[in-house]
Amino acid sequence: MLIHLRRSLVMAVICLVLFGFVYALAGTGVSQLFFKYQADGSIGKNGSTLIGQNWSSPKWFHGRPDDTGPYAANLTTHSGGGDNPLVASGNTGESGATNLGPRSKTLKANTIALVSYWHSLGVNPTPDLVTTSGSGYDPDISQLDAIVQIPMVSKATGVAASVLHKLIVKETSGPELGFMGTAYIDVLQLNQALAKLEK
Amino acid sequence: MGFTFTIITLIIALGLTWRYLGSYMAAVFEGRVHFLGFIETPIYRLLKTSPKQEQTWKRYAGALIIFSAVSIVFTYVILRIQGSLPLNPQHLGGVGQALSFNTASSFVTNTNWQNYGGETTMSYFSQIGALTVQQFVTPAVGIAVAIALVRGFSRRNSPTIGNFWVDITRCMLYILLPIAFVAGIIFVGQGAVETLAGTASIHDVLNGVTQTIPRGPIGFMEAIKQLGTNGGGFLNANSATTFENPTGLTNWLSIYLLLSIPFALTYTFGKMVGSVRHGTALLAAMVLLFGVWVGFTSYAEHQNNPAVAAAGIHSTVGNTEGKEVRFGDTSTALFGVSSTMTSTGSADAAYDSFTPIGGFGLLTGMMLGEVTPGGTGSGLYTILIYALIAVFIGGLMIGRTPEYLGKKIQAREVKLAGLGALVMPIAVLIFTAIAVSVGAGRLGPENAGPHGFTEILYALTSQGNNNGSAFGGLTGNTPFYNVIGAIDMLIGRFGIMIPALALGGTLAAKNVVPESLGTFKTDNTMFVGLTIGVIVIIGGLTFFPAIGLGPIVEQLSHGRFF
Repeated sequence: MLIHLRRSLVMAVICLVLFGFVYALAGTGVSQLFFKYQADGSIGKNGSTLIGQNWSSPKWFHGRPDDTGPYAANLTTHSGGGDNPLVASGNTGESGATNLGPRSKTLKANTIALVSYWHSLGVNPTPDLVTTSGSGYDPDISQLDAIVQIPMVSKATGVAASVLHKLIVKETSGPELGFMGTAYIDVLQLNQALAKLEK
Repeated sequence: MGFTFTIITLIIALGLTWRYLGSYMAAVFEGRVHFLGFIETPIYRLLKTSPKQEQTWKRYAGALIIFSAVSIVFTYVILRIQGSLPLNPQHLGGVGQALSFNTASSFVTNTNWQNYGGETTMSYFSQIGALTVQQFVTPAVGIAVAIALVRGFSRRNSPTIGNFWVDITRCMLYILLPIAFVAGIIFVGQGAVETLAGTASIHDVLNGVTQTIPRGPIGFMEAIKQLGTNGGGFLNANSATTFENPTGLTNWLSIYLLLSIPFALTYTFGKMVGSVRHGTALLAAMVLLFGVWVGFTSYAEHQNNPAVAAAGIHSTVGNTEGKEVRFGDTSTALFGVSSTMTSTGSADAAYDSFTPIGGFGLLTGMMLGEVTPGGTGSGLYTILIYALIAVFIGGLMIGRTPEYLGKKIQAREVKLAGLGALVMPIAVLIFTAIAVSVGAGRLGPENAGPHGFTEILYALTSQGNNNGSAFGGLTGNTPFYNVIGAIDMLIGRFGIMIPALALGGTLAAKNVVPESLGTFKTDNTMFVGLTIGVIVIIGGLTFFPAIGLGPIVEQLSHGRFF
């Protein structure tokens, strides 16, 4: 009994050091050495390509409606406006989904509201564009999700639809190794490419 | 097309892993692997033990219980005092009593149920020193119990079943650590975050957006989270977030990692008892059930979400609510089934928003007792318990004393196996009944109607099976759910482990009966079918009424919304 207790205490300390700190710190060291950009959060001058942002102007391609329309409560105005993943998702301060069930009245009403939101922008929405993501800040949309937004962006920016179409095709990535997951477009990268085009 | 390749590549990769990791693990536990001896030997010296010191099942179980109790206290204390500890760039305060108790029980039972949002609750010290540590320790403890039970079959007339300290040390050093470290590098290379630098602030001039982005040592925690079938992520939304699971490749890797050890342990079992055919029979039972669940759950998630369809949007890309674009519907369903059928419980989507039949797939995946393939170690020892029940039933049918691997299965073994098989359903159903009967329990669900009931049932099923996945709409961080959930997790873990170790002890003490013409075969198709039958009948009979009130009603209530 006492021998078990003594061994348990020693083992708990060994594990804390070896499988907690040595593992995590060695991992952080290796990551910072070889993959600094990724390990720091893939952050460029306009933000992280891995964290979705709220694009409300028709001049830009929009992402998933995680903080749009009926989900706008998820968007917390911060200094200078904009959204904040730390306070995304119902202002609880955490990443997360709506968790609305498949027969939820709220989900049905929210989806109807989003359909009319997109119609008011002249966009015929796809399923991705009227449903929220699992993380609450999905940075990606599918190729079709971008293509249906071409009329909106073309009208607001004056860039020809065919040029936008080419841009979308060029910015499509994945699926990894040709089969892992699905093809997707990073909305921030797409809009950065669009901004470069307009210059 | 992509999904077909995902399945094919996983089958190939897991097949090779089953064969080679399986025999490697047997070598590790038979003491034939020594490349980290310079760490291993000093650990034994500090513990004042050695591989030569063997334990009876009672001493083995005693060491396990006391070590787990000490681990709960360690985890609890770190969470409570994290405000005064270093590595806390967000200056988060100590975690509350009930939540600390729930979280400590959760991580020490390999459940990784999370009633908190990591990015706003846990300091880096807690994530590393309290949570990641247990993600190494608990799979090792689970595998140790499985190996101890396997020794019950492989040894003859032996009073002992191994040394607990040696088994967990070897498991962590030679199996978990190297694989997790390599996988961690891949996660980070794909985009998972791994830094101690605290949050990042960004401002985008294109749209005027300002963000404070939570970061931390995420990527390497992710690797051991999946490999050890733990499932507890750094961030609230778990594997759905890009910082934990950045690409389709890491999603594939996650599925591979969390299935690798549970499947491979059947080979280890076969190798250690000297009959790989017996391991293959258990594998076949696991794979057949797993395949059926992947099939119908993926099909269900490829359908429309009823609420979205009712709003006039018809989908060719399946149910997209709560899912991430980069994974797609079917791969997300595959991840979900893999995660719930292995006691991992990580989530790359909001399981709460799955279609009724998709959610049914996840829920029943756990209700089958986490044996297809189940958690690291727990999957093997639990399916061995079911196999003994199958042997017993088979023996009754042909009117002979049942045997498994030459060991006579007598009254004591059958009682222990029956206890091991019934502990989980009893705990889950009684706690669910309590939760729906009291006001504090009924306050939990976010969704109304049958889905609300499913949220409660799912939570207690998940904790009772040490899975840890959730229908996230349930508000679990209340004193009621924190305490009831913690008890559910502790019963679900130790209520099965102790009978499993007792079985190991009594079987090891027996001699082997030579096989004769009348011996009931336990390595053929018939036995695979019998084992599947036992798993499905025990799970089905105990849980059918509860499932009937939840996902089945939800599926059948066409055109109604709640």
